[in-house]
Amino acid sequence: MLVGVNLLLGLLFGLGLVLSGMADPAKVQNFLDVTGSWDPSLAFVMAGAVAVTSVGFGVARVRTAPMLDSVFQFPQRQGIDVDLVGGAALFGIGWGLGGLCPGPALTGLPLAATGTLVFVPSMLAGVTLGTWVGRMRRRPERLSLGVELRSPELTRRGGRCEPLTEAGKDPVQIGQ
Amino acid sequence: MVTEFTPLASLAGGVLIGLSAAGLMLVSGRIAGITGIVRRFLMPDANSRPREAAAFLAGLVVAPVIYSWVTGLTVEQTVSSNGLLMVVAGMLVGFGSTIGSGCTSGHGICGLSRMSLRSLVATATFMSTAAATVYVFRHGLGVI
Repeated sequence: MLVGVNLLLGLLFGLGLVLSGMADPAKVQNFLDVTGSWDPSLAFVMAGAVAVTSVGFGVARVRTAPMLDSVFQFPQRQGIDVDLVGGAALFGIGWGLGGLCPGPALTGLPLAATGTLVFVPSMLAGVTLGTWVGRMRRRPERLSLGVELRSPELTRRGGRCEPLTEAGKDPVQIGQ
Repeated sequence: MVTEFTPLASLAGGVLIGLSAAGLMLVSGRIAGITGIVRRFLMPDANSRPREAAAFLAGLVVAPVIYSWVTGLTVEQTVSSNGLLMVVAGMLVGFGSTIGSGCTSGHGICGLSRMSLRSLVATATFMSTAAATVYVFRHGLGVI
């Protein structure tokens, strides 16, 4: 059931990209080219999408669970960090260069433009590399470079780990 | 290259994207960030549901085929055929959006819709670097 719903929602998303003109990199780059051949259409895509999504998320906030699943998975991360700003900055450079972001790149696949067919595998490689880098950094014990590395999660919790002394007491308690 | 200003079609397309994003949250409790969905499919963990992610991506990919079949219109697009440029662009988009926890859909649409400060900062950042990139590569170097 959820697989079918996801298929339809993906189709709806893709139809939105095509209808709005977002699937055309020239239109995206012209939105970004404020001093040149500026095309403000993308602002209307954002306005329409954010208006409807806000209402949907508002409804989600007063419900206890999604219709076909157990929990609403709103992102929990807080705070502005280097990964957020640095990652967004790099993403923006790539978006400006090619005029494609992940949705339109995938939606453009059946149109089989050479640029898209080159872009998508590179993007997937970038996602794989980014995921791998992220996972390695969250497991500092795997990087034995002779440098003390601290996991971002631990740092956020004030560097506290599981209290080892508690675990150490257990055998004594059992012995008593 | 000049493109036609299409406020109504773009607004209508945006509404469809919004219906999809709202629908995904209300039905399965997930954020419709395309980078996140690609990740759930490509590098799944215990909570990823890769089959559902694959179904969403399949819908995304067949969309222009269905669009042309229903409307009888061809989907117009102009994509750079500079291979090196598109490889670099693809790598930056994939890596940057993964490290930065989202792309145009995850931060720009879903994040702004829930008034997330992180997404506001990310969206302002990538809009700025993207505009600067277009300025430099189009008006400075004349490459795009």
